[in-house]
Amino acid sequence: MKPARFNYHRPGNLPDALALLAEHGGAARVLAGGQSLMPLMAMRLTRPEELIDINRIDELKGITADDTAVTIGALTRYTEILRSEVIAAAVPLLAEAIRHVAHHAIRNRGTIGGSLALADPSAETPAVCLALAARVIARSAAGEREIPIDSFFHGLMATELAEDEILVGVRIPKRAASARHAFLEFARRRGDFAQAGVILAPGHTGVPENRAVVFGVGATAWRSSALEGAMGRNIADDVYAALRLEVAAAVEDETADYKARIVTTLAERAMARLA
Amino acid sequence: MSSEAEILVRLTVNGAVVARHVPVRRSLADFLRHDLGLTGTHVGCEHGVCGACTIRLDGEIVRSCLLLAAQADGAAVETVEGLTESGEIAALQQAFLARNALQCGFCTPGMLVTAADLLRTTTTPTREEIRGAISANYCRCTGYHAIVDAIETAATSRTGDR
Amino acid sequence: MSAATDQEVGRSRVRPRARRLVAGRGRYTDDIAAPRAVHVAFYRSPHPHARIKALELSAARAIPGVVLVASGADIARHCKPFAGVHRLFIGMKAADQLPVAVDRACWQGEPVVVVAAETRAIAEDALDLIEVDWEPLEGFGTPEGALAGPAIHEQLGDNIGFDGITTTGDVATAIAGAAVVVEDTFRFGRHTGVCLEARSILAVYDPQEQSLVVHESHQCPAQQQAIFADLMGLPEHRVRVICPDVGGAFGIKQQLYGDELATCIVAKMTGRPALFVADRVESFASDIHAREHVVKARMAFAHDGSILALTLDDLFAVGAYSQYPRSSIGEASHVARLTGAPYRIPAYQARVRMVYQNKPPVGHYRAVGHPIACAVGESLIDQGARALGLDPIAVRRLNQIRDGSGPHASHGAAVLEGLTLDACLDRLLAGFDVTDFRREQAAARQRGSLLGLGIASFVELAGTGAPYYGESGAPVTAQEACLVRLEPSGHVRCQASATDQGQGTDTAIGQAVADAVGVAFDDVEVVSGDSAACPPGGGAWASRGASAGVEAAVRAGRALRAEILRLAGLILQRKPEQMYVRRGVIRDAVTGAELITIREVAVIGHYRQHLLPPGTQPDLSLVRSYVPQNQAFLTTNGIQLATVSIDPGLGEVRLLRHRVAHDSGTVINPQLLDEQIRGGVVQGLGAALFEEIRYGEDGTLGTGTLMDYLVPLATEIPDIEVVHVTTADPSTTLGAKGAGEAGTAGAAAAVLNAVNDALAPLGARVSALPLTPERVLAAIAAASSVPAEALSRQKAGT
Repeated sequence: MKPARFNYHRPGNLPDALALLAEHGGAARVLAGGQSLMPLMAMRLTRPEELIDINRIDELKGITADDTAVTIGALTRYTEILRSEVIAAAVPLLAEAIRHVAHHAIRNRGTIGGSLALADPSAETPAVCLALAARVIARSAAGEREIPIDSFFHGLMATELAEDEILVGVRIPKRAASARHAFLEFARRRGDFAQAGVILAPGHTGVPENRAVVFGVGATAWRSSALEGAMGRNIADDVYAALRLEVAAAVEDETADYKARIVTTLAERAMARLA
Repeated sequence: MSSEAEILVRLTVNGAVVARHVPVRRSLADFLRHDLGLTGTHVGCEHGVCGACTIRLDGEIVRSCLLLAAQADGAAVETVEGLTESGEIAALQQAFLARNALQCGFCTPGMLVTAADLLRTTTTPTREEIRGAISANYCRCTGYHAIVDAIETAATSRTGDR
Repeated sequence: MSAATDQEVGRSRVRPRARRLVAGRGRYTDDIAAPRAVHVAFYRSPHPHARIKALELSAARAIPGVVLVASGADIARHCKPFAGVHRLFIGMKAADQLPVAVDRACWQGEPVVVVAAETRAIAEDALDLIEVDWEPLEGFGTPEGALAGPAIHEQLGDNIGFDGITTTGDVATAIAGAAVVVEDTFRFGRHTGVCLEARSILAVYDPQEQSLVVHESHQCPAQQQAIFADLMGLPEHRVRVICPDVGGAFGIKQQLYGDELATCIVAKMTGRPALFVADRVESFASDIHAREHVVKARMAFAHDGSILALTLDDLFAVGAYSQYPRSSIGEASHVARLTGAPYRIPAYQARVRMVYQNKPPVGHYRAVGHPIACAVGESLIDQGARALGLDPIAVRRLNQIRDGSGPHASHGAAVLEGLTLDACLDRLLAGFDVTDFRREQAAARQRGSLLGLGIASFVELAGTGAPYYGESGAPVTAQEACLVRLEPSGHVRCQASATDQGQGTDTAIGQAVADAVGVAFDDVEVVSGDSAACPPGGGAWASRGASAGVEAAVRAGRALRAEILRLAGLILQRKPEQMYVRRGVIRDAVTGAELITIREVAVIGHYRQHLLPPGTQPDLSLVRSYVPQNQAFLTTNGIQLATVSIDPGLGEVRLLRHRVAHDSGTVINPQLLDEQIRGGVVQGLGAALFEEIRYGEDGTLGTGTLMDYLVPLATEIPDIEVVHVTTADPSTTLGAKGAGEAGTAGAAAAVLNAVNDALAPLGARVSALPLTPERVLAAIAAASSVPAEALSRQKAGT
């Protein structure tokens, strides 16, 4: 289980990385924390000809905050996010979710940008960013753009990022101090990818809309209109019937019944937590 | 097929500076084992799940199978051999022996590195905290009970020393 | 110092080898450097069943650094085919195998092309360039599909490798007269051992000497020596197999693997050392699997709970080939032998069918067959007790074979001796308050929570003796041997045929020999795992280390003590029987006065023989053997208890307590014994909740990595409580029985019963392992939609 051959690049700054990406396009992969990419390469499920290691690019690291949002550099590692007082105060949901990500040794390397760019449907970080109405910051040699998270995930491990773009960070609106949330996931074992998860983030002054996200179910994390419509109201049985239909639409294989059951349970418990 | 790309890496391993030309695709685990002969770091899955290859990189524990040797250029690496020589994990090793917290021994180096990391941050971990920390490391022989006992003992003996 | 306190047997000695292992100084096969070694990798069949129309290997050969690219036919020129037939099973059929497929692949993962290169990475580059023109054939993955399908191996006629029936008493009459008959169909998923060190082999061939030296991560060096010599046509005394530190084995490293034999052949073909280390993905695809059974079974009871009859039909799917050399029949034959074995059952019928399918071979994984037999028998007892409204523990007490009732010819045609089921049940319950639990369980139900309690008794057949493989035709021995030698320094070195993969067999042998010779434990060194350095013997399988392995060592140690006393007698002009040896000192039998040390005798015996009377020949290196000659299996028994909670919304089973009472015979090293049991339990808990290698109906592998095949982690497992009954086995000097498999034998059954106990108020039950959330939820959903039917199913036959 050894990777196929590749050329290794270790740019020291973002412009150099973007130039390499512009030059190699689809033949290149960007190496961030590598906690998912390295296994894929070792199993030769992906075989980039050029590997662009961005770990030495300091401008991609760190957490900053302004009045309305927290900006997290793409190369910020999970452990750093967990240790951040800024995150604990302004985006506690993110820290809560990251405690479910794998194990300490993995969190010491894994990055928020890598997780978003990989867009694993069972991963916590993309789901939390979706629940928090984050904006993904992408840059290419041509310039920078912000992508609303609602249009970022395109399908199974597919995103809005173009071949010549690097995800440089994510802006997450601060949660009002009074805002509550619920995060529940069910994994077979501690640290495993979720069988399913439900996140409820009721609207507040920063993000007025109710947002409810289901993950681990289907090709991407997705917002549940059934749950969003029910948040803050008395819940009728048909909410969960509607949720089950949403699950059925997202899951096309024989696990659909199972997923519908566990999502319903998680959603009931999440709703109860907010009640 | 392109030829085998190589790179010069210079790093500190267990306190000693080493420099080697290595294929860019070589993992840090393979580099430690086969280029440097530090075979105490074990490779159990090569996809970051089993924890047998856990080492310390710049003071933080990582899976050495999920890093390229090239990425460790300039870094400080510590392996079970180094932690043994420095005496840092002596209390853990003694507790593992006394409690028979290892059978085949293949997971043990990674388990010790993880346990040492836990004890650096948590003075007297509960059994549940110990189980949480070592849940990153597979052991197929012991069923974990003896390992939890041993780490608990090592933590207690350490605090007793203070 | 009294004899009791300086005895080594019975003490929790630290394993000497572990001192190296905790320091990162293990010597596993991949740690052993061989100059100029080539790295071997295999192109494996991506299809469960397909014909190889053509191979295009030239692009792979052209890569710089590639040393050899060989087809199955190239490899076959260097060896004989082999077939896993066990002649004790009359009518058994098995197809010939070759190390690498020729013309056709019969399972996904079967080796098709061998590559040897300067590095493993380059070898894998070559695999990428191999082109195979495949003609896919219909594949059969399920046991039922394989049974009905056309023969995978035409020459066998059909896919039934063995079909046998065991009968005792009159089943039809017993069932007709029963108060209750319960019936169920149990499904068991495929497992594998997941040794953390994958299979590994380093082969060095010398054409001048015609010698082959192999380092192999394996349990049975002597067996491998015989097999490599036989199949490759080499003189056996020029083949040496060394099993260095082995990173977990559990039965997975007990057989011959085609890829490992092919690696030896690569060493011969290239003239260079050849190293093959399976990666984790190919381990799942090619390691020995186990436990794929569908068992349909019935148990009939009288009103008072007496068991009247048991019938079972075990459909056992073993992959495309029967494993070599032991054959794959072991699991099913143990299912027939052991289901309901703790109980007196007057009428019994078991049919076992071993069927071939398009999957990798099934073989011997820890506790061969026992977990299946235990789950089936113990689940039926619980179902019967529930249908009769009786306490399941009382039903067990009523039916189990009484302690001290003498040899029992069981319904499964095994001779069971020295059972201690009553004592084990008492010990088990002495530390667990059932009444208290039932109260807690009822209170939990009031709150809508589900708690369950499960019990599982088992009879364990360990220490396999000569009758079983003696008749098989395979090069497998039930004998163990130990050479014990007194070094000139007075230290003792043992060279043992029994091997140690972490169980502590070396340590047990060291402790037993220390006592047998009369030296301190630290003065004994044990060497094992080397077919040239150690006498031939079985190695490690069927929990034989503490029984047969230690017995051979005790006999050799006692012989050495007698020789030491003989020489001391000659030196001191005394009769040997007037002296005894303790901790390296020879003393006067009456006064206890020190007469001479073993070291002094050793110096004379090795260097100063002229001081001995004329004609004296010192004999300070002695080998003794031990084989259970007439006893097919050493019987022991145990019982396990599990409590669980179930989250009815998620289907998640959480393990709360797990308790084991076991009769391991005489305890040599209490701590090593407990840890054998605990480790075995946790593998059984993996079977209960997590582990399954999933395949499609055509035999396509769906579980390729450690992300998919879940083994228990520290967070999912409770502490394991272990208590013992210690009834010495009368057939050996010390009377140890072995404990490697007890934990695995009963753990899954206890959890299965606990889960069904928890689900009972909902009218739900599960009978397929592992107990995944998906299965538990489906059972709950099925019960809540048709509660009446679910309840009546429990009472089927009433």
